[in-house]
Amino acid sequence: MEHLHPISAIVLNESGVLARIAGMFARRGFNIESLAVGPTEDARYSRMTLMVRGGDRILEQVVKQLSRLIEVIKVSDLATDPHVERELALVKVHAPPAQRSEIIELAGIFRAKIVDVGRKNLIIEVSGDSGKVRALIEMLRPFGIVELARTGRIILARGQQVTAGRSRPEAPQRRRSPEETEITTEVIVK
Amino acid sequence: MSTQTKGPPRPTHLAGQRRSGAEALIEGLKAQGVEVLFGVTGGAIMPVYDALYREGSLRHIIVGHEQGAAHMADGYARVTGRPGVMLATSGPGATNLVTGLATAIMDSIPVVAITGQVPTGLIGNDAFQEADVRGITMPVTKHNYLLRRADELPCALAEAFHLARSGRPGPVLIDLPKDVSNAPTTAPCPRQVSLEGYKPRYEGHPQQIHKALKLLKSAERPVILAGGGVILAEASEELRQLAELLRLPVVSTLMGLGNFPIDHLLSLGMPGMHGTGYAIKALYHCDLMLCVGTRLDDRITGVLDEFAPWAKLIHIDVDPSEIGKTLPVCVPIVGDAKPILGALLQGARGWESQPDWSAWHQQLEAWRREYPLGYQEKSDTILPQQVVQEVDRLLDDEAILVSGVGQHQMWAAQYYTFRRPRSWLTSGGLGTMGYGLPAAIGAKLAAPQRQVVCIDGDGSFLMTIQELATAVRYRVPVVVAIVNNRCLGMVRQWQHLFFEDRFAETKLEPPPYDQVAQAFGALGRRVQRPEELRPALQWALRESEAQQLPVVLDILVDPAECVYPMVPAGQPNVNFLTGAEGA
Ligand SMILES: Cc1ncc(C[n+]2csc(CCOP(=O)(O)OP(=O)(O)O)c2C)c(N)n1
Repeated sequence: MEHLHPISAIVLNESGVLARIAGMFARRGFNIESLAVGPTEDARYSRMTLMVRGGDRILEQVVKQLSRLIEVIKVSDLATDPHVERELALVKVHAPPAQRSEIIELAGIFRAKIVDVGRKNLIIEVSGDSGKVRALIEMLRPFGIVELARTGRIILARGQQVTAGRSRPEAPQRRRSPEETEITTEVIVK
Repeated sequence: MSTQTKGPPRPTHLAGQRRSGAEALIEGLKAQGVEVLFGVTGGAIMPVYDALYREGSLRHIIVGHEQGAAHMADGYARVTGRPGVMLATSGPGATNLVTGLATAIMDSIPVVAITGQVPTGLIGNDAFQEADVRGITMPVTKHNYLLRRADELPCALAEAFHLARSGRPGPVLIDLPKDVSNAPTTAPCPRQVSLEGYKPRYEGHPQQIHKALKLLKSAERPVILAGGGVILAEASEELRQLAELLRLPVVSTLMGLGNFPIDHLLSLGMPGMHGTGYAIKALYHCDLMLCVGTRLDDRITGVLDEFAPWAKLIHIDVDPSEIGKTLPVCVPIVGDAKPILGALLQGARGWESQPDWSAWHQQLEAWRREYPLGYQEKSDTILPQQVVQEVDRLLDDEAILVSGVGQHQMWAAQYYTFRRPRSWLTSGGLGTMGYGLPAAIGAKLAAPQRQVVCIDGDGSFLMTIQELATAVRYRVPVVVAIVNNRCLGMVRQWQHLFFEDRFAETKLEPPPYDQVAQAFGALGRRVQRPEELRPALQWALRESEAQQLPVVLDILVDPAECVYPMVPAGQPNVNFLTGAEGA
């Protein structure tokens, strides 16, 4: 069964890391739907959030191949863990005076903000889970979307859990023993 | 794996003293116990060569082509277990290394490459001899660096050696801009390396070892599939003891040849596309496969579902990403083959009773009788298999056998009696034609007291023939036995079997290699008649050592000969052709 998995990785904040990870994904034929990178609470690291499509075997390989890279400190697949997911989009929408109030009303329903007002266009900022962002974009489409920018999803695990705190088999910071991680991904033959 | 530093280094500069980046590099190489470097100089790497010249104690081998340097470093590493080191200039020098790095990463061989780069201020400007070497080599290295400041150098170099030889070994590259080589630094050589994102695991998890033992004990038809990882982990002794204690049959992969004596009663030989019929049958029918240090690649498994349909797998590998990559695994054990096989051995010693596998052994015996390796002798031409068998007869137990890629490689794998680890050098994963001669040179430089013979193809030999000059220049007495079928034999075999004899561009008509060798200053002889074969090989082995020169035997063989058994591509392994089908 193919699923969209949120993968969170803590990586060294050094030049070339993004190229290495992107190259690995391309080379191994893994499918990234979105990728967001930014600094973390610790300046030495960046957090990457990747949305990856694939079955369990593929996802196991994605996590293992990411873990293999020297600059990758921690990796986790958050598909089954409770997590908070957000995405931000800026939508420049065609907004002639006649339709302007309708658009503003719509934005209000989505708790989106009008961040720029031009003679012909509005820029709307919306954030939320991807479903909500997508829904607003669909609602705005009939008015004419002039330009669109989306950040891709970012994710944190809920509660006490540290987001990229497991699944790197050798990392000493791991939450579970490596074999336990393996056992969860183990498939019994026939 | 332990560090290979031989005693405390004698640095030319006290740690932390001011010296150039290039000087710090030489200091670091010496601290790592490096004895010999392979390379070619050029603009961007000149400061390094200058520092090498001024320091004066490291041996450097000038090669004919940087690919040769990479394979020499690789051959050196396969024989010694220590990282081989190569040097190249920026741009074309560095790109010439790529095939060698790719060869090394596919076979998990520890090598370190130092490449010159244009000065940092010019990077990105398409400067003269600029290439994005970090980008180009990312997919063919375990890790790589582009240094920006001389202060980073001592640490990066220590990390590079640590990464190359620890965990799953592999190539590491440092790209060194010219201004960084020239800049002064006081950064000391670190004694210890710790990388936050890299903590290879050596000991297997006790719980997994326990599970593996339980599964093993309940098996009825067990087989060990042992790969090159056993050799890299120096675990051959543990493997032999475990196999002998439990009477477990052992299949050794192409990369694993030598990890278990091939003439041992328990050895089933090599699996896969050109494996023995009995190894293929054993893997197909087994109910338990103990895989150790093998990545179960497609040349071994063939059609995945039909490889070992009844088997439960125990998989030992230091690289977790290899476990479960191609086949589902019942008991994964992440770690080094040596301690893990040791732990299995210890566990099995505690068993009150040994499982009774005699029926399985009887079956294996029957397959052995049914599918013997063999060929039809001909009285008037030399057969390639006979070349391998003669070489086998004449070499001593310490000898190192090297190969190119093609039919001759497979015949070497099938007909040579591999008894020891680190005595078989072949490009298994990448299948790099041209690997043979330079790897043999690296091997001989690593172990001058051991006989080194390269069984090469006439096509493969041509690809790195320029290294004959290197072997002559440094008087490296290797013997190259060219199995000369005047064609790109392995491809011709496929054309014969699967392309209705349409021999598209596989006829080579190579130059007379004996004369070519002589022109290079090496010894050469052409061998045509079956009765000449043994005396010629004896002459080559004797004269190479006596004159300290490489010897090339251009051995003309029957071009029509095919490698059997053979699994036709895309078919299940058990459909292997024995050659008796009249194909
Ligand atoms: C660098 C490279 N190019 C092409 C190939 C494809 N290839 C595989 S075997 C082979 C023929 C090898 O010919 P030769 O070295 O004469 O050995 P033979 O098979 O005749 O023993 C070729 C062209 C390869 N493996 N490596």
